[in-house]
Amino acid sequence: METFLIGLIAATLRVATPLIFGTLGELFSERAGVLNLGIEGTMFLGAFVGFSVASLSGSLWLGFFAAVLAGMLSGVLMSLLTVRLGVNQHVSGLGITLLWTGISLFGFRLIFGEPSIPPSIDPFKALTPFGQTPVLGPIFEQHILTYVSLLLIPLVWWVIRRTRFGLDIRAVGENPEAADAAGLDVYRIRTLALMIGGGLMAAGGAFLSLAQLGAFTYGIIAGRGWVCIALIIFANWEAAGVLWGALIFGGVASLQLRLQTMGFKLPYELFLALPYLVTILALMIAGRNVSAPASLLKAYRRE
Amino acid sequence: MLAIQMQGIVKRFGSLLANDHVHFELAEGEIHALLGENGAGKTTLMRILYGLYRPDEGEIRVKGQSVVIRSPKDAIQAGIGMVTQHFTLVPTLTVAENVVLGGAGALLDPRRMQADVRAASQRYGIPVKPDALVRQLSVGEQQRVEILKALARNARVLILDEPTAVLVPQEVEVLFEALNRLRKEGLSVIFISHKLYEVMAVCDRITVLRDGRLVGTVEKSATNQTDLARMMVGRESFGVARQGERAQGEVLLRIENLSARGKKGLTALDNISLEVQAGEILGIAGVSGNGQSELSQVLEGMLKPSSGKVSVGGKDVTAASPGALAEAGVGRIPEDRHASVVAELSVAENLVLDQLEAFTRGGSLDRAAIRKNAEKLIGEYQIKAGPDDHTRTLSGGNMQKVLLARSLSRSPRVVIAAEPTRGLDVGATDYVRARLLEQRSRGAAVLLISEDLDEILALADRIAVIYEGRIMGVLGARDATVEQLGLMMSGTPLERLAETMEAGHA
Repeated sequence: METFLIGLIAATLRVATPLIFGTLGELFSERAGVLNLGIEGTMFLGAFVGFSVASLSGSLWLGFFAAVLAGMLSGVLMSLLTVRLGVNQHVSGLGITLLWTGISLFGFRLIFGEPSIPPSIDPFKALTPFGQTPVLGPIFEQHILTYVSLLLIPLVWWVIRRTRFGLDIRAVGENPEAADAAGLDVYRIRTLALMIGGGLMAAGGAFLSLAQLGAFTYGIIAGRGWVCIALIIFANWEAAGVLWGALIFGGVASLQLRLQTMGFKLPYELFLALPYLVTILALMIAGRNVSAPASLLKAYRRE
Repeated sequence: MLAIQMQGIVKRFGSLLANDHVHFELAEGEIHALLGENGAGKTTLMRILYGLYRPDEGEIRVKGQSVVIRSPKDAIQAGIGMVTQHFTLVPTLTVAENVVLGGAGALLDPRRMQADVRAASQRYGIPVKPDALVRQLSVGEQQRVEILKALARNARVLILDEPTAVLVPQEVEVLFEALNRLRKEGLSVIFISHKLYEVMAVCDRITVLRDGRLVGTVEKSATNQTDLARMMVGRESFGVARQGERAQGEVLLRIENLSARGKKGLTALDNISLEVQAGEILGIAGVSGNGQSELSQVLEGMLKPSSGKVSVGGKDVTAASPGALAEAGVGRIPEDRHASVVAELSVAENLVLDQLEAFTRGGSLDRAAIRKNAEKLIGEYQIKAGPDDHTRTLSGGNMQKVLLARSLSRSPRVVIAAEPTRGLDVGATDYVRARLLEQRSRGAAVLLISEDLDEILALADRIAVIYEGRIMGVLGARDATVEQLGLMMSGTPLERLAETMEAGHA
């Protein structure tokens, strides 16, 4: 039982990592007033760019930062469409997801062709800060990016709540007219928020290809971006809530994997669906009293 | 020394000339009124000064230096602050966060921010609660936050766009005291208004605009309300008011113990009872957001009351549909006229929209009859449009005439008029008021819901004051004073009025 629980907790942290990156990315976008449905594609792009650059250069970190850079550029594109041109945010986001999915698959074939054995790299090694200590040792045998994601939670809280930049983001997401009248550059702040958000989303994708799998596959993101869209509502757009949301989803996802191996006479698809069912349930319970940023989905135009 | 000079300012919106070579000068340490009717170009001129609009022509000088103001940021840097009619506050942020917005250091220290705001609030005598969330504040408090926000950014020139429109009379006094203190500190204030008595009460000089053009700038000591009115509207007589006493008629609209919940599920109407007789106008006065919208929605059939009874001519119409209410003889002039016409349909189609059965023959619309009806009503109600024009191309005044024509042409027994002249120019306002008085003399019972106290005083026979969804009392219009109404509008019930006013004088 003890090994079961320790294994479950360790797996939960691992599964939660890309969700924390992605949802924090979405937090920046939505707090500034832009729903970024490009998240699924941006994570895919991050996984692809991270893997390709790491594979070609031999440096995992170079791959990771290239992925973050690509994500930031994706944020610039989203900003161009929704902030500058005022295009519908749903359409722009879905378009970006389709675009990056197509470009990543195409780029992957250009670089690696279609080998019979999929290319792979040596992924990030897990750190063992607690060594062989019982319980803590195996639980915290995690990739460095998992620690980064956990540290990002208080950091993002601090940026949003305790810095001028965070105040600016909250202001342009709630009432861009007021922000404009106060002399803030609404376009610039929204663009920066989208860039930071895009970078974090891509980091979540790169974690999957560079740490978890050491490979890039068609189904590598598998809807995690859409889960982040649900988690940000569950989190009520607060950094602390992101942690709980990602842990609940990660916990159930890890649990269902273990349940599948225990020989219950149930179709395995049911287990696969479990985390999503729990997400819907959590949203039904927690999602009733949330309040989205008031200007979410609205392009800002001076009269 | 001149704080601001604006010379030859021109601003066009499409074919509309909103500012036509306007000159405006502001001295240091003065309160300067910018007077004019709705649409005279006052707000446009000030939005140009604050960088919210770019002028097509003209020059702006600040302390003699020519400047180009591209955005509010430039204006703030030039020492200009503006409090717009729609407050530009972020409701989910605290007062202190709103005050520092756009001017904060890189890191936020909530305790220090609040201390700074408290200090500024004491220095200028403008009371605010630094740690409160803005969405919890009253309108008057929000306005004070706006003023403080401008001052915190070292504004030496403060533009206030119709600051008293949302305030009860007592709050207006507080505002005027604060403005006088700012003048003593050497600041200049531009006070946009169309209310003559306010302008005479607080300003040093007055600049009058009409139809986008400068009419003139006068010293307060050298003018009076009549002269200003003439400059503002270009004619001496203005306003339409009721004449004669009302006839004692039967009660046509009766509201008994009516309660209703508003949008957020909060109680919006709390046990309201009112009667309106044939041949009278009952005015509902109050500051906006005290249940007026919900009251008109209930009476129009758009909102179901949670309890209570509404009857028209003795017939119970509680929670009836809009169609059934029209059937019972209720004519409505709704609060939001844009939501009450279908903008993409023609004027003729809008004029028959709520009585399509009457214009249907053999299952299809009788186009000829619809057109004939439109031509008749367009003539009768002086609508400046053709029957086939899209309704969206109409001005606010003409759109309102379409709505008047639609409901009044059926001679309703009860008329519900919600903010019937909001946003209309003087001509259209007079027209609408005259039509309402016509309904009164015809013997209809008119319920007039209006935030414009002058309108209520001019038209209503009796005045009911609404505050937080409750009726504070009903006064005869001839005996009512602005002071009494102001107290009731800020929550003093009629029966406590005498003692409150005595306490105030003591």
